[in-house]
Amino acid sequence: MQQHLTRLSAADIAAAISDGDVSATEVTRAHLDRIAEVDERVHAFLHIDDEGALATAAAVDAKRKAGEPLGPLAGVPLALKDVMTMRGIPTTCGSRILEGWRPPYDSTVVERLRAADVVILGKTNMDEFAMGSSTEHSAYGPSHNPWDLDRIPGGSGGGSAAAIAAFEAPLAIGTDTGGSIRQPAAVTGTVGVKPTYGGVSRFGLVALASSLDQAGPCARTVEDAALLHAAIAGHDPRDSTSLTDPVPAVVEAARRGDVRGLRVGLVKELSGEGYQAGVTQRFNEAVDILTELGAEVVEVSCPHFDYALAAYYLILPAEASSNLARFDGMRFGLRAGDNGELGVEEVMSLTREAGFGAEVKRRIMIGTYALSSGYYDAYYGQAQKVRTLIQRDFAAAFEQADVLISPTAPTTAFRIGEKVDDPIAMYLNDVATIPVNLAGNCAMSLPIGLAPEDGLPVGLQIMAPARADERLYNAGAALEAALRDRWGHLLIEEAPAL
Amino acid sequence: MTADAVIPFDDAIAAFDPVMGLEVHVELSTASKMFCSCPTEFGAEPNSQVCPVCLGLPGALPAVNAAAIEAAIRIGLALNCSVAEWCRFARKNYFYPDMPKNFQTSQYDEPICFDGYLDVDVPTADGIKKVRIEIERAHMEEDTGKALHVGGSTGRIHGADFSLVDYNRAGIPLIEIVTRPIEGAEQFAPEVARAYVAALREILRSLDVSDVRMEQGSLRCDVNLSLRRTPADPLGTRSETKNVNSLRSVERAVRYEIGRQAALLQAGGKVVQETRHWHEDTGVTTSGRSKEGAEDYRYFPEPDLLPIAPDPAWVEELRATLPENPAVRRARLATEWGLTDFEMDSLINAGALDLVIATVAAGGDQARARKWWTGELTRIANDRGVDVHDLGVTPEHVVRIETLISEGALNDKLARQVIEGVIAGEGDPDAVVASRGLAVVSDDGPLLAAIDEALTANPDVIEKIMGGKQQAAGVIVGAVMKATRGQADAARVRALLFDKLGVVEEA
Repeated sequence: MQQHLTRLSAADIAAAISDGDVSATEVTRAHLDRIAEVDERVHAFLHIDDEGALATAAAVDAKRKAGEPLGPLAGVPLALKDVMTMRGIPTTCGSRILEGWRPPYDSTVVERLRAADVVILGKTNMDEFAMGSSTEHSAYGPSHNPWDLDRIPGGSGGGSAAAIAAFEAPLAIGTDTGGSIRQPAAVTGTVGVKPTYGGVSRFGLVALASSLDQAGPCARTVEDAALLHAAIAGHDPRDSTSLTDPVPAVVEAARRGDVRGLRVGLVKELSGEGYQAGVTQRFNEAVDILTELGAEVVEVSCPHFDYALAAYYLILPAEASSNLARFDGMRFGLRAGDNGELGVEEVMSLTREAGFGAEVKRRIMIGTYALSSGYYDAYYGQAQKVRTLIQRDFAAAFEQADVLISPTAPTTAFRIGEKVDDPIAMYLNDVATIPVNLAGNCAMSLPIGLAPEDGLPVGLQIMAPARADERLYNAGAALEAALRDRWGHLLIEEAPAL
Repeated sequence: MTADAVIPFDDAIAAFDPVMGLEVHVELSTASKMFCSCPTEFGAEPNSQVCPVCLGLPGALPAVNAAAIEAAIRIGLALNCSVAEWCRFARKNYFYPDMPKNFQTSQYDEPICFDGYLDVDVPTADGIKKVRIEIERAHMEEDTGKALHVGGSTGRIHGADFSLVDYNRAGIPLIEIVTRPIEGAEQFAPEVARAYVAALREILRSLDVSDVRMEQGSLRCDVNLSLRRTPADPLGTRSETKNVNSLRSVERAVRYEIGRQAALLQAGGKVVQETRHWHEDTGVTTSGRSKEGAEDYRYFPEPDLLPIAPDPAWVEELRATLPENPAVRRARLATEWGLTDFEMDSLINAGALDLVIATVAAGGDQARARKWWTGELTRIANDRGVDVHDLGVTPEHVVRIETLISEGALNDKLARQVIEGVIAGEGDPDAVVASRGLAVVSDDGPLLAAIDEALTANPDVIEKIMGGKQQAAGVIVGAVMKATRGQADAARVRALLFDKLGVVEEA
């Protein structure tokens, strides 16, 4: 029974708890046991909050017993990316500089999860301050891909994706600045969604690049992702960039899954050279399935996507250099060199030297340079212009198509250590996911099969206009159902036992 | 540290043309901070008015206080500025421990208000000089925390043993009002600077947007000053003097910097572009941070906040509901109250016009109100080195004291004691009267007893009065006043005395 509980979807767990077939406490224990069993090898978690999780589960059981209404995800366990604050629970962002810091407040996402009676199991590993595509930049060591423990689970939210793929949790929260939800989903055979910018509050999300960051759901099914999306989305007055629109009807869309007559655009610039053969093969098969399901597939061109990566690696470091300035050892986290002799500037400098990893330092330096007087126009200013052009490309493409699709990542999961010393190779992992962040649109990655050459999962990205997140779930659910029919199960069921 | 050479002001002005730029920071008196809901009261326990947002904790985000935007626009309108149709906040990046995020959320090239002016009457030895001060911009930003550097001789961070930081002030909304270079002030530059800040303070007070208390830092002035040989020359290198915390200091700091820079230039030296600190006690400025390696603040638009696009209809509504311009109001009141220019000037110089207006509004007589505020109360304020607004005496207090006098319950001397009590924090006038037992003795019994006692002690007085020297009565009245600790009504004592002696008092 215990093993079985960890294989259930979030929707099924919630139904079973609501129906009284199983208690939230049993479900939570099953997942904590699974973590204890496999996480030494997967290393998805940086902190496990057994006590808090069991207390929440007990509260859900008491509520149910008392006949109080339960939320749609009541008692469902969840793994929280360690970039999101949770009162009293360590939040490190994968960095030494925040070691030991326990935030005195809950992020809005955590508040909403609590309100939905979700059981938060703990905090998941990530590249330091979400800078990376493999979790190898975590100060606490990499997470491992459950499909092959020698491979990366993607990044920055590799811990969240690995936790789901390893059946340590049915749901996880990720954050996506340039692909940090979608690329890990792709390489672990799971589902990940970057909502429209402003769709989910950023209050309590430790900022990497404020104009790009967006929290979103990670799950094993499209429906589960929709349930989590609905639970965390919606306006928050504490985040000025939060949308005031009603939350898109994502759950209904995920249950509809009908692409008949849907215009699906293939983005010409997100294919071909640089994409692994097996990725392209599976992608083309998925396109055929969509056609069979009644979608109208057209090719669209987004010429400025070729400049997206370059623009992104100016805007992101610029904003990050400013956002990360507060980590100075004065008020929280690590403090180095405070021997009573050194001055404040030296202590700040030593703290940052000791607390930040190489990739973080690299990006702070790039960003500081890009914002410097005399260089601002040539770098940051120019990158913002590219951003506008990319938004126009999307607008034009969405005239011809309701959703756009591409492979999520150019390759399947690479080996740990393979790209860690080559920043450009690492950055290229996000070439297909970055345009969406620059434009503020929404996108989903879902599994479409295993690459024949390495037997590793391939993800397909669906992109929709801002505020039209429901289109992702509609199209994603249709494709997921067709593939499930074909395979007789979810792709993740094929992952090797750990 | 050796003192800088300074040459006499007149010699400096004879040789050089001063150009000033004034930057005034105004702390708004909004109930909550610029980007969070923390309270803004002055003087609270350190770090008691803070939250994740104003402490810059990881993950916290700002949300703009609409009241601060409104105040900024009203200030801009009162200074004849244009209001931006669309503007953004920007981040000013630099590391300092009193700034929680190590960037200040401010405005850079898109201020909310710009291109205004303020007409100022400058009192000079040659009479009132009318000067138009051009306003370049008024923009919004957040205040920093306050660092207290302990140990060391300078009270500054360098050389301190340790530092304490209070973040209560961090995030309080500020409006920074920047003038264009003020040229042509010549020998009146110090007075022009002072008059500008005084006029600005008066306008801000009339708008009720700030406490404008320079000594508490809710209005702070930075003085930029440079010299050139003649008005035809390009602008010289400027110094930026901070910590100028009173109107008098504004005037003195300008005067000092003119003398210091002139001495440097005449000796063949160069003015260094730097921040200088004004020392109220010694009346000099000293060098602070050098700005030669100009700090690069790496400004960029604040991505955590949406652009501000004030609805033009709302701006017009704010314009229509601005209070009367203080200068216009002055002219009107001078007519209404029938004041001479001299009387109005002394009222303004005392900085008490608004207090007199408030006193009249509360039911007081304008002449009596002026007497209190420009006389006794200004004298006490000067003695204590505080602003007359900050004595703790309100217009309502003055009205009440006047009422007590007209009812005969107080005389002038007692009234002054009541004021003392109010200032000492003993409560409102009635409370002070009660606790100090200051009511005029209106019962004739104790007065008659005191008169008898005085007559016994001064037996010759009776003879003098009977002999027609009625002025001798003053001795007895004085003795009775002394015996009653001033609580008697002198006229009543006099009447009782003559009555007792059966003498008709001469008119």
